[in-house]
Amino acid sequence: MKYVEEFRDPKLAENLAAVIRAEADSAREYNFMEFCGGHTHAIFRYGVQDLMPDNVHFVHGPGCPVCILPVRRLDDAIELADRHGVILCSYGDMLRVPGTKRRSLMVAKSEGADVRMVYSTLDALKIARENPDKQVVFLGIGFETTTPPSALAIKQASEEELENFTLFCNHVLTPAAIRHILDAPEIDPEEAVRLDGFLGPSHVSTVIGSQPYEFLADKYQKPVVIAGFEPLDVMQSVLMLIRQVNEGRVEVQNQYARVVTREGNERAQDLVDEIFEIRPAFEWRGLGSVPESALSIREKYAAFDAEKRFEISEKVSREVKSCECPAILRGVKKPKDCKLFGNVCTPETPMGSCMVSSEGSCAAYWTYRRAETLAEMAAERDLEPAQ
Amino acid sequence: MTPASKARFRKGERVAMSHGGGGRAMADLIRNIFAHHFANPLLDQKHDATLIARPEGRIVISTDGHVISPLFFPGGDIGSLAVHGTLNDVAMGGGKPIALSAGFIIEEGFPLDDLDRIAASMGEAARAAGMPIATGDTKVVERGKGDGVFITTTGIGVVDDAVDIGPHRIKPGQAVVLSGPIGDHGVAIMASRQNLEFGTQITSDSAALHHMVADMLAAVPDIALLRDPTRGGLSATMNELVDGADFGLIMDEAAIPVRTEVASACELLGLDPLHIANEGKLVCICDMDKVQTLLDVMAQHDEGREARCIGEVCADQPGFVRMKTAIGGMRVVDWLSGEQLPRIC
Ligand code: SF4
Repeated sequence: MKYVEEFRDPKLAENLAAVIRAEADSAREYNFMEFCGGHTHAIFRYGVQDLMPDNVHFVHGPGCPVCILPVRRLDDAIELADRHGVILCSYGDMLRVPGTKRRSLMVAKSEGADVRMVYSTLDALKIARENPDKQVVFLGIGFETTTPPSALAIKQASEEELENFTLFCNHVLTPAAIRHILDAPEIDPEEAVRLDGFLGPSHVSTVIGSQPYEFLADKYQKPVVIAGFEPLDVMQSVLMLIRQVNEGRVEVQNQYARVVTREGNERAQDLVDEIFEIRPAFEWRGLGSVPESALSIREKYAAFDAEKRFEISEKVSREVKSCECPAILRGVKKPKDCKLFGNVCTPETPMGSCMVSSEGSCAAYWTYRRAETLAEMAAERDLEPAQ
Repeated sequence: MTPASKARFRKGERVAMSHGGGGRAMADLIRNIFAHHFANPLLDQKHDATLIARPEGRIVISTDGHVISPLFFPGGDIGSLAVHGTLNDVAMGGGKPIALSAGFIIEEGFPLDDLDRIAASMGEAARAAGMPIATGDTKVVERGKGDGVFITTTGIGVVDDAVDIGPHRIKPGQAVVLSGPIGDHGVAIMASRQNLEFGTQITSDSAALHHMVADMLAAVPDIALLRDPTRGGLSATMNELVDGADFGLIMDEAAIPVRTEVASACELLGLDPLHIANEGKLVCICDMDKVQTLLDVMAQHDEGREARCIGEVCADQPGFVRMKTAIGGMRVVDWLSGEQLPRIC
């Protein structure tokens, strides 16, 4: 923590901003996608965009773990709590995301379902031990960062022979999603977002290392800089990306070398590998079905798999009509392009997932740039010809 | 054994339903715990209602329910907090405190020892503040129907006719002064609730601010506004002020004091110190040319030693609180939505 202040030093920030302004070629535009919601949050919280020249743009990617869980999986979780009468545990934000007909886990809880917010998978294990006559399901979500704790919980439950603990596994994989976004233009040219590079996630990379991004440089010719979460980390990473673009270099660089290595945390990877395997395909909110982009629990640990223990019904799941979360998560639209932003959809009454977690784009725009966004929306509406 | 040194209750004794029943047990509880620790001439009137001589000026009144877990935390407990919280609300109205009332809702089975500690700390806080507890009430609820102890306090004070504090007096160009570092109370509570260790112990800032406020008003009688940024933190207080107003507020992140331990804990938990509760801080809005006078006065008090000017009232973007960020960007400072939660990833 002693590092924190030096990564927020205003003098250094000013100097970096000056170098970025000097080096960014005014004859071109730079579009960089920050995949991770943590970066989106940092960019907004510190007003990093204000220090960038006009031709450097941040495109917010699908890296918020709460935002990308599709409504169907959320409805399944609600069903587990409703129909199977389990104690359903999950991280806080997940409870507020609206499912079909805007019914969230929080609403289910207020109607009598036993839904509990926990801070870690170990809390869920504790609840299972304390309630031997009840089934406890942990709704596991998130990228490579939150997967090892879920793996550990299963391992521990198996060692203790806990018979009333299961994981509803929704853990997803970062590289597969980035690949999918880059393939999107081939799937639908209308959807093409011009991307000149990526700010690579840092927490994820502490686990998987920088190596899994190398295909982005090799195959897709996109520069990547693994970036820390402090505002100066983000700015320095932008500068590194600008330099790669200007010099025509395409590499995976590691700005966050104080924590991330090329190989990552091999012990965590081994643990994850022991418990989980790759699913053939997984549905993402916004991206649709993405091949090999998520994990499921291996047969050996099937006893701890909620999908195997409980029968989950087929159902028709629907997002709120006119919610633009899917397009926002693909980076093709901004929150201001959603009619619901700020009038019916706010963090108190979220209509879509992007408004729920502090890492979601809509919540970030609402929380940190509301004044400008509402003004832009009003201006655009005035410009529209009268019908 | 002399009667004075006789134990006031048995070791290990707990609150029973009979302690709320209006009979002898209740009378004993009140005498041995509350009257013992709160003793003062007003309470000693022993009426159902307490008579207070009419003061000069206007009366200010404020009430607050205290529901807190854990009941004892580094830097205080629910008893002293219940006194400070209400006392500070009275002070924020520009009032000099006169008297306090205290209502207790106690859960059956609550240890009398703990109740005694709480009452002792309340009595001491009230005495130190010169705000006697003039009247009170005790109820006992069945086991499982309460959370140990809930305390409701109401404070009354008197405001000089010359003092006019309120949002109607805020206008663009005025300065925002903050009395010290933010987030101490909320982080201390969170840390003790979650059993988190941060190397150094973070203690609550729970404190009575009325002495400092009295000196501030003596030096600058035309202070426009005083508020204590308690629940919801500094951001909620600032947003309340601009809500529906024809002015906005701009803060300077670099000027807002946050202790390193608090900043680190927030970093670790993914929380924003702006949203975290304080119990011994105040925000003051005054004319820009009075800032230095106020800072000098505040520096005379422990509670105001680290006071700073953290921003100003602006005419543009009315209804919004904005902040120049530590690295020089701009952003809106919003209310906290829902409950502040540690981040997932
Ligand atoms: S503003 Fe609300 S409804 Fe619109 S895209 Fe964002 S989350 Fe969805």
